[in-house]
Amino acid sequence: MPTFMQEDKNSPSSASREFPEASAPGRPDFLSVKNFNFFYGKKQALFDVSMDIPEKQVTAFIGPSGCGKSTLLRNFNRMNELIDGVNYTGDIKLLGRSIYDPAIEVIALRRSIGIVFQKSNPFPKSIYENVVYGLRIAGRNKKAELDEAVERSLRGAALWDEVKDRLHESALGLSGGQMQRLCIARAIANRPKVLLMDEPCSALDPIATVKVEELISQLTEEFTIVIVTHNMQQATRCSDRTAFFYLGKLIEYDTTHKVFSNPSQKQTEDYITGRFG
Amino acid sequence: MDPIGTHSLDFFSEGDGVYSKSASRALGNRFLSTLCITLSLLTMVPLLSIIYLVLKNGLPLLKWSVFTGLPPAAGMTGGGFGNAVVGTLVMVGLGLVLAAPLGILSAIYINEYSPVGRLAQAVRLVAKLLTGIPSIICGVFAFAVVVSTSGSFSAYAGGVALAVLMLPTILLTSEQALLGVQSAYREASYGLGATKFQTIIRIVLPDALPAIMTGIMLAVARAAGETAPLIFTALFSQYWAKSLGEPTASLSVLIYNFSTVPFPYQVQMAWTASLVLVAFVTAANIAAQLAFAKKH
Repeated sequence: MPTFMQEDKNSPSSASREFPEASAPGRPDFLSVKNFNFFYGKKQALFDVSMDIPEKQVTAFIGPSGCGKSTLLRNFNRMNELIDGVNYTGDIKLLGRSIYDPAIEVIALRRSIGIVFQKSNPFPKSIYENVVYGLRIAGRNKKAELDEAVERSLRGAALWDEVKDRLHESALGLSGGQMQRLCIARAIANRPKVLLMDEPCSALDPIATVKVEELISQLTEEFTIVIVTHNMQQATRCSDRTAFFYLGKLIEYDTTHKVFSNPSQKQTEDYITGRFG
Repeated sequence: MDPIGTHSLDFFSEGDGVYSKSASRALGNRFLSTLCITLSLLTMVPLLSIIYLVLKNGLPLLKWSVFTGLPPAAGMTGGGFGNAVVGTLVMVGLGLVLAAPLGILSAIYINEYSPVGRLAQAVRLVAKLLTGIPSIICGVFAFAVVVSTSGSFSAYAGGVALAVLMLPTILLTSEQALLGVQSAYREASYGLGATKFQTIIRIVLPDALPAIMTGIMLAVARAAGETAPLIFTALFSQYWAKSLGEPTASLSVLIYNFSTVPFPYQVQMAWTASLVLVAFVTAANIAAQLAFAKKH
């Protein structure tokens, strides 16, 4: 069993470099954000955001372009640190442990929190090598282990039947929808605790979109999912909870049903009825 | 007057359609296209005439023995320039061993580690300046650094001179090759928990490799043909090189030496050596084009 999944329930005070195993099912603050402010240089992109994201559910971030939803998403696995001159205050915790804890390696964090991007980006390698990339870089190269991971991940991404006979062909020969499911398989091969999805269907045709949305509901059996989407119908179809962002602030965060049928904030109502967006 | 009448006849009587009503405009048009076509054909003349002359004058003596024989003494016939072929290959190889790692690793630094840093900017500027340095200066540099300190002309010195010549080309084309790798690949790699080093080794370099090889082949093609850097670093030799620390023959210096002597056989040999050199350079360039085309 990989070291990062081993149990370590007393983590906050220990010098452990990994995240603790989830202690109770359905934990409501699986991923939690506390008074988080984020800056691109001098420009502030997120203002005092606080929210708790529950385990093994789908949480959707909605809001107009530039509202900060992708920015927040990419902070969960510290991808924004790849950009120069960014800064933050506040905290983000996974299973009660700060993701900014100096004892944690960013690369271990990114194995625990996986991400799928808007435009699918499989490597120019074979399908097999794409899926096992995350394992190889973690030092796991045993063929039996990799073969098992490939089948498990491709089945989990509802792609196995379509590609099982051509695992060693180039991933770039797949269709757009297949490539995105391959990226999902690649992300879940690492067995992350959280799967981040940044507008995963916006570059896909409607049929491929349906396949990915079906996949999302299956994935919540094993993963906590946070999805950024421009498409409000998608949020209503796929998510359990919805967070509405506007100009870097979290305006409303509640169950999807409540946000879309009876929002408590006027801005939310204006957005979902299409008065702006 | 008939509203359709004479005007429409004017349209149809001109050869170029509705918009060109004057004959002189049509003529101007034709003149410019003819001029462009002629000049384009003219640009092919130097290359084609070089190839023609080199083939015409070099083919007669082209036989296997030129690769195995040694340069004939003044006035003698027979022999070949096998040592010069080997010398060119060896010194270009030495230059590559020095320039390729330096160029590629520097390109990795300025593109992957510190794209906007001061050092990176300085390196880029220096590389661009280096491309303009006359090749004889590369020879002077190698003379000062290797020949003066070691006390002898050598293949090492020739290799160093060629390395200085090849370095800016390799560095700048490698940088372009790395820039050509989609940032989406890097993002995906980091997102899966890879370190920068792993991302460079596993994703970026393999994807950039064809373009890097193209840059290397272009640098090799240029270096193989240079004479000035070798004239007073490797000098020349009539014999097979026994070590890299002694004066070494090269194709370009052989051509230089032999074409100016009053012996017709030697001049003929210079043509044949030119043929071999042109063939090598052309092959390297074509290989570079093919390798690049395969990727795109």
